[in-house]
Amino acid sequence: MNHDFPFFGKFPLSDYIDDGLDWLTDTFSGLTRAISNVLGDGVDGVVMLLSFPPPWVVILIFAGIAWLAAGRRVAIGTVAGLLFLWNLQLWQATIETLTLVLFATAVAVAIALPIGILGGLSERFHRATMPVLDFMQTMPAFVYLIPAIPFFGLGQVSAMFATVIFSMPPAIRLTILGIRQVPRELVEAADAFGASRRQKLFKVQLPLAVPTIMAGINQTIMLALSMVVIAAMIGAGGLGGEVWRAIQRLQPGNGFEAGIAIVILAMILDRVTQRIGQQRGS
Amino acid sequence: MQQPKITIKNLTKVFGDPPAPALKLMDEGHDRKEIQQRTGLTLGIADVSFDVAQGEILVVMGLSGCGKSTLIRCLNRLIEPTAGQVLIDGEDITTLGNKDLLALRRRKFGMVFQNFALFPHRTILQNVAFGLEICGMDQEEREQRAAQALQLVGLDGWEQAFPSQLSGGMQQRVGLARALAVDPDILLMDEAFSALDPLIRRDMQQELINLQARVKKTIVFITHDLDEALRLGDRIVLMKDGRVVQIGTPEEILSSPASRYVERFVEDVDKTQILTAGGIMRDARVLALLSDGPRTALHKMEKESFYSLFVVQRDGTLEGYVWADDMGRAIEQGDRQIASHLQRDHQTVAPDEPVSTLIGMLADSRIPVAVVDEAGRLLGTIVKSNVLAALAAGQPDQDQAATTAETAADRTSEALS
Repeated sequence: MNHDFPFFGKFPLSDYIDDGLDWLTDTFSGLTRAISNVLGDGVDGVVMLLSFPPPWVVILIFAGIAWLAAGRRVAIGTVAGLLFLWNLQLWQATIETLTLVLFATAVAVAIALPIGILGGLSERFHRATMPVLDFMQTMPAFVYLIPAIPFFGLGQVSAMFATVIFSMPPAIRLTILGIRQVPRELVEAADAFGASRRQKLFKVQLPLAVPTIMAGINQTIMLALSMVVIAAMIGAGGLGGEVWRAIQRLQPGNGFEAGIAIVILAMILDRVTQRIGQQRGS
Repeated sequence: MQQPKITIKNLTKVFGDPPAPALKLMDEGHDRKEIQQRTGLTLGIADVSFDVAQGEILVVMGLSGCGKSTLIRCLNRLIEPTAGQVLIDGEDITTLGNKDLLALRRRKFGMVFQNFALFPHRTILQNVAFGLEICGMDQEEREQRAAQALQLVGLDGWEQAFPSQLSGGMQQRVGLARALAVDPDILLMDEAFSALDPLIRRDMQQELINLQARVKKTIVFITHDLDEALRLGDRIVLMKDGRVVQIGTPEEILSSPASRYVERFVEDVDKTQILTAGGIMRDARVLALLSDGPRTALHKMEKESFYSLFVVQRDGTLEGYVWADDMGRAIEQGDRQIASHLQRDHQTVAPDEPVSTLIGMLADSRIPVAVVDEAGRLLGTIVKSNVLAALAAGQPDQDQAATTAETAADRTSEALS
C-alpha cells in the first residue's frame, strides 16, 4: 500500500536538520574542540585523582561529606553501599560514572540557574522557555547522542553533552517555580524597605527558593545518572559501559551487578542532595 | 501653620489599561460599579485628598474593597497612582525616578503588614535589621540598632529565634520593630493588627499608643474595624468604593456622621446597639441633696471642679441640677434653699437604653445625661467620653480604658458647661 502524501513530496526536515548540524559543527569546530579538550581533561583528571588513593580513603571522604550534608544514617549507608561496590570489583567504573554525573550536573546547573532566575522574574521569558523545556524533556534521550558525536567525538564529553541537555529541564523548571512561589507579600515587604532588584533577588527571592531549587538539582542528578548509563553507547564507559557490555555478551548476571551498582549510587546521591535542600528549608 | 507631613491631592488609581476612559467617567461623577460595567476598568481609589500632620495617627477605615489598601500603597508607590499627587514634606513623590524612589522608601517609610511578612529564612534580629541592611549599613551597627528596636517592642532575648517559633502577636511586634529600626518619619500600617485575636489585638493597640507617645512618628493606619479606628485615630478617614466619605476626629464621626453610609457603619460595626446606658454609666459619686444649702452644694462642686451638680432627694429620686454660678448668687443674696435655683431641663435615660441614642443626646448637651430607674432614682451619669471609651474598648464593663478616660473627660465636659 502506498502511504505517500498525495499532494506534494516529503518535507525535507531531516535534511534541514543535518545541514544545520553540519553547519554548526563546521562553524564552531574550534569552540567544540576546545570544550571537548577542557572537559575531557577535567573528567580524566578527577577520575585519576579519585582512582589514585586506595578505595577506603575515598569511601571515608564520601562518608564524611554525607555525614556533614545529611547526618549519620546516610553516612553509614554510604559506607556500606560503596564497600559493596568495591567488593563487586566495580570501583573504577563507579568512580568514572560518579565523576561524569557530577561534571554534567555542574554544567547543567550553571546553565539552568540563570535561565531559571530570568524565567522566575519575567513572565514573558517564562512563557518563551516552556515549549523549549517540553521539547528537551520529551525528545527521546537517545536522539541527543547522535549530534553529540560530530560535535565532540566519541567518548565522555559527548556523553556529557547529551546528559546536560537531558538533565537540565528540571533544574530550570524548579528554579522558576521556586522564585515564583516566594510569597508576594515578602517581595512587597522588600520593596517597601527600598530594596533594589538585585537586593530583592539575593536577600529574599533566591534564599527562599533554595529548597525548591535543591529539589530541582536533585532531579537533575538523578536524570544525569540515568543518561550517563545510556551514554555508554557512545563510549562513556563507567557502570553504563558494564551494562552495555553485558547486553552485548548476553550476561544477565554481570548486567544486574552493574545495574544494582547504579541503583546504589543513585540512592547515595539522592539521599545526600535531598537532605541539603531540606536543611536549608527548615 | 506647620507644613503637613503628607499631602494627598486628587489621588486616583485605575487598574487596567488604558485608564483614560475610567478617569473621564470618574470626573463625570459615575461610581465604581458603573465604570467597571462600562469600561471593564476598576477604579481603585478616586480623587482622594487629605493631609496628614506631623506626629499624627491617621486611620483610614472602610470595608474590604473600599480602596484603603490601594491608598496606603500609593503613598510609597508600591502601587503607581494613575493621577494626582502625593507630597511628602512638600516634595511630590509621584514623579521620582527609580533611584530616588528607592532612596525615599529607605529614608522616610517603615511599613507593617497584615500577615506580618517576616522573612522565614532570617532570624528575628536579621529580620529587624533588614531595612538597615538594604541601606548598606555595616553588620555590627545594624545589629546593634536592630537590638534596640527589639527592646522597644519588648522582644529582647529573641534575637536568634526564627519567625516560625513566635506567636502571631510576637511576630507582629517583630514587624513593628523592623519598621521602627530604620527610624522612618512615616509608619505605614496596613491592617497591622487584623490578623491577631481580639485580646492580643487590644494589647497591641495599647502598645502602639504607648510607643507613639515616645517615638512620635507620623502614622497612617489602615483598618476595617471601627473600634480600632476610634481607639487609635487622632483623625479618621472613612472610605467607600474608592472615595473618601468623611474625615474627622472619632467624636465627629460618631456624633455627626456625614452620610447614611457613615451612619450605618457607625451603627452596624460598633457596639452602640449592644452597649446600654447602664453598662457604660459612671457612679454619681458627688450629688447635692434637696435639703442642702447653696454653700454645701458649691463646696461639693469646687472640690470636684464641677460647674453643675445633680440634685436628689434623700431616697435618691432625681430632682434636677444646679449651676455653680447660681449657687454663688444665692449665697450673696442670703438664700438658704437651693430648690428655687433648681434646673429641670436635664435629659434622662433608662439603664437599658442603647448607646446609639446617647450619642445624639450628648452631642449638644452641656451637662451629663442622667441614668434613672423606673422610680426616678438616679443610678449614674454619662458624659461623652464614657461613650467613646466604651466604644473603643468594645466592652460594656471595660473599666481600664473607661476610668482613665473618665477623669479627664468629666473635666472637659464640665468645663464646657
